[in-house]
Amino acid sequence: MRSAGEIARDVREGASSAGRELEIALSAIRARNDELNVFLYVDEAGARLAAQRVDEAVARGERTGPLAGVPVALKDNLCQRGIPTTCSSRILEGWRPPYNATVIDRLVAAGAVPVGKTNLDEFAMGSSTETSAFGPTRNPLDPTRVPGGSSGGSAAAVAADMTPLALGSDTGGSIRQPAALCGIVGVKPTYGLVSRYGLIAFASSLDQIGPLSRSVADAALLLEVIAGHDPRDSTSLPEPAPSLRDHLDDGVVGRRIGVVRELIDGADPEVVASVDRAAEVLRAAGAELVPLSIPELRLGLSAYYLIAPAEASSNLARFDGVRYGLRVDADDVAAMNEATRTAGFGAEVKRRIMLGTYALSAGYYDAYYGQALKVRTQMIEAFRRAYREVDLLLGATTPTVAFPFGSKTANPMSMYLSDVFTIPTNLAGEAAISVPFGVGEGGLPVGVQLLGPGRSEARLLAAGRVLELAEGRP
Amino acid sequence: MTLPDGWEMVVGLEVHTELKTRTKMFCGCRNEFGAPPNTHVCPVCLGLPGSLPVLNERAVELAMAIGLALHCTIAPSTFHRKNYFYPDMPKDFQISQYDRPINANGYLDLIDHSRVGIERAHLEEDTGKSTHLGGSGRLHGADRSLVDYNRSGVPLVEIVSAPDIRSSAQARAYASELRAILIATGASDGRMEEGSMRVDANVSVRRAGQPYGTRCEIKNLNSLRSLQRAIDYEAERQVALVESGEVVRQETRHWDEARGVTATMRVKEEADDYRYFREPDLVDLAPDASWVQRVRSGLGPLPAERRAALLARVGEVSEAQRDAVATVIDAGRDEVVRGAIDRGVDPALALARAANELESEGPAVSVDAFAETLLMEQRGELSATQSKAVLAALAQEGGDPHAIAAQRGFERLSSNSLGATLDEVIDQHPDEWRRYRDGDDKLAQFFVGLVMKATRGQADGKAVIAELAARRG
Amino acid sequence: MLRREDVAHVARLARLTLSDEELDLFTDQLAQVLEHASDVAALDLEGVEATAHPFGLVNVVRADEPQPSLDRDEVLAMAPDVEDGRFAVPRILGEDQ
Ligand SMILES: [Zn+2]
Repeated sequence: MRSAGEIARDVREGASSAGRELEIALSAIRARNDELNVFLYVDEAGARLAAQRVDEAVARGERTGPLAGVPVALKDNLCQRGIPTTCSSRILEGWRPPYNATVIDRLVAAGAVPVGKTNLDEFAMGSSTETSAFGPTRNPLDPTRVPGGSSGGSAAAVAADMTPLALGSDTGGSIRQPAALCGIVGVKPTYGLVSRYGLIAFASSLDQIGPLSRSVADAALLLEVIAGHDPRDSTSLPEPAPSLRDHLDDGVVGRRIGVVRELIDGADPEVVASVDRAAEVLRAAGAELVPLSIPELRLGLSAYYLIAPAEASSNLARFDGVRYGLRVDADDVAAMNEATRTAGFGAEVKRRIMLGTYALSAGYYDAYYGQALKVRTQMIEAFRRAYREVDLLLGATTPTVAFPFGSKTANPMSMYLSDVFTIPTNLAGEAAISVPFGVGEGGLPVGVQLLGPGRSEARLLAAGRVLELAEGRP
Repeated sequence: MTLPDGWEMVVGLEVHTELKTRTKMFCGCRNEFGAPPNTHVCPVCLGLPGSLPVLNERAVELAMAIGLALHCTIAPSTFHRKNYFYPDMPKDFQISQYDRPINANGYLDLIDHSRVGIERAHLEEDTGKSTHLGGSGRLHGADRSLVDYNRSGVPLVEIVSAPDIRSSAQARAYASELRAILIATGASDGRMEEGSMRVDANVSVRRAGQPYGTRCEIKNLNSLRSLQRAIDYEAERQVALVESGEVVRQETRHWDEARGVTATMRVKEEADDYRYFREPDLVDLAPDASWVQRVRSGLGPLPAERRAALLARVGEVSEAQRDAVATVIDAGRDEVVRGAIDRGVDPALALARAANELESEGPAVSVDAFAETLLMEQRGELSATQSKAVLAALAQEGGDPHAIAAQRGFERLSSNSLGATLDEVIDQHPDEWRRYRDGDDKLAQFFVGLVMKATRGQADGKAVIAELAARRG
Repeated sequence: MLRREDVAHVARLARLTLSDEELDLFTDQLAQVLEHASDVAALDLEGVEATAHPFGLVNVVRADEPQPSLDRDEVLAMAPDVEDGRFAVPRILGEDQ
């Protein structure tokens, strides 16, 4: 398989065409989508049109973008004008947004070809795609197992070679965890680096859009395209996209990297072994490895499962049957709202809406939501202290490799625990990358995680590249 | 109206005012009244999934202007979500300011020199508008409602007074002074009838010296007059309740203008739980000193100061003139009146003409043009009717009053030609002339009318009467 | 301890109908999550500032300049029920806020 960068180069130089690259993607999708349930919608007509525009631009000798002719899969919580956008929920079935997410406009401007919308846990609430109203996605590496979630469809699209690139969103690990479970690269960018405009919100203060790809270089390429200030998002950082590809080969010489006990403890032995080996590789490449403990990270999971549901309970109130999406009729408007929401939302979404409503309600706010916000402060300060000592942190992305379907659905808490290593980064608004490194149980891939402070993407990608090269991936 | 001996009312007002911005609070849709339904909507103000709010700078500045005019402290502030379901609220939460409003702790001095505290004046977004079909057209009994989101997301400032008001007249004076300030700062057009300024009254009663009683909130107050009537009614109702041994229930009441009563709208429920929390899609607002100073320096003199300056020139005013002063201040025409008086125009004339004759959407009439027109009227070169016509023309399209008068043929008739016209009219109506000559003064107006008709309005009524009187001998 | 009534109350606030079985199940599951969160609830964080936002951006505003609105037909085409250029809903009981 060629990388996204190579595809774009071939298209620009006439060695290939956007049309041809699209047909390769479409046939790969046709070959396995029924089996894996990766795409909820494939926009063949729109993709052909987009590819044709790129090829015409190339033919006219115009400058085409860095993603010229590269097919990209979009998580189905990104609004695309005229294209069904469901969040894998019945409540949005049939809705076609009248506008594009900023990231989609940027992709198209860079010459990319959006091919379709990928499956996710309903409203991105889950870690396995099992909460999707349209059935789970299967892990391309072992179809009896989950691909991870919530961006499971996007991770599977890349892992199954359907598209070289995909966009996901990460609220508590939803890019990194499926990337780890599918054996690909996933980046959770610094909060505010990528515009959230057009990303259907789960938890607004935690959500970030980010890339999933086969290689670190491709992640850098896609991230450069989608990053940068957007005046439509008030929380967007007020600066242009950072230069990332230029720093890919910076290496880790002289970098201090903290190996964090709290990001390893409780993981499967093979996962722990992979992290140890990654530390060795980084040390051999010139980094100084420092064992660290950041006890505050242990509180992340609890704080997250108060903050994220609280924001979600409010973000999801608008699905009331009045303006768009599903409506279940009833005699009065309140009953209609209730009938619609009861029929339209799945169990996990209801659970989180209720949890969040409870955490915000009179009498409980201070004990739960208010307290969680203070823990968030402590988490941020703990990271800040750590980054005074070291440049980056190292740990596991997930405690286990891909798990079998149904193994965690009965007990929500056990599912929530699969995000334990990824959540702190979201709470702190910082950046992290998951890179496939080694294998675990059943030969399934393990992801190791590198964490950095805000705006440290270039450093993270360079360190990730060191691990990737050590694994023999070019 | 006075309450029975020993009782006093305690009133606080909550005033919502729509801000006169070009666009809505969080999106670029036009903030415009009266457009066809759902034509000024976008993903943001429809609350579509994935949309995000971005704060309108002008709305912030108008809110600060209001705060400065009310002597508030402008402080760093935050936005919260107030969560409840309602079909005209597209996100099913309202973005509002909660524990950290942009303006707090101010006051407003009224014409009677009393002072009413301002607790806060905060920013929030308006809702859409529902129309209720079937039944009575009111909410109750409607079969179906239709929602228009053009108003959704229009910027509002809610100004909350302290419970310092002790009479309905004072409440009216407060609302009226506040309205003048909103207009003067350019923040709002203050139209209560159109809903761009909405007043809710919190009313309770107590025996003098006792703690506050249970309060009721009164809504649907569409004019200053209904505000005053509703407060009186409500205070009397509460006193009567308490005096007959019953208790006042905390509730929201609706003012029924036609029947002149307040009636229960909804009882305050324990279940109200708005789950306020910080709006994560917006960042904090922390205007620095230079931003505040910029807004402050854009503020002109406030109504109280302008009123004082005007009254200093007009002198003692009658009840009717008091309304004219208010109109002139609200309309921003006080400078024109002062200028005219300084140029020798009679103060009463300047006030009356400015209050009544300059209404227009056109250009503001200059001090020179206004003063010159009234001086022509005073010199008798224009009749009152002609003077008003010239002012109307000035207000419509501007120009030079002499040129307008000349163009319309408003040249004062010489007394010779007036005499000739009058002779003609008397000849044609000998019976009426005889009766007038015999002392029936009412007929003077009859002859004035005929002369006016014959001269197409160019004659001066007073001159005609003088001429008639001279002929009667 | 989370009670069944609390869950029922929260479901009402969130406009969700729960069957008796769901009510039992959710009470049990949410209690587990809250039990896990009791570590957070139990902390003494007196004097710690709350962080609602990862970064301290302030005064993000836009100029008061009109942008195109959506086409009304496109807007209303999304709606489950429309009448007279407006979104139609069944009758509204109770009163507005
Ligand atoms: Zn709008």
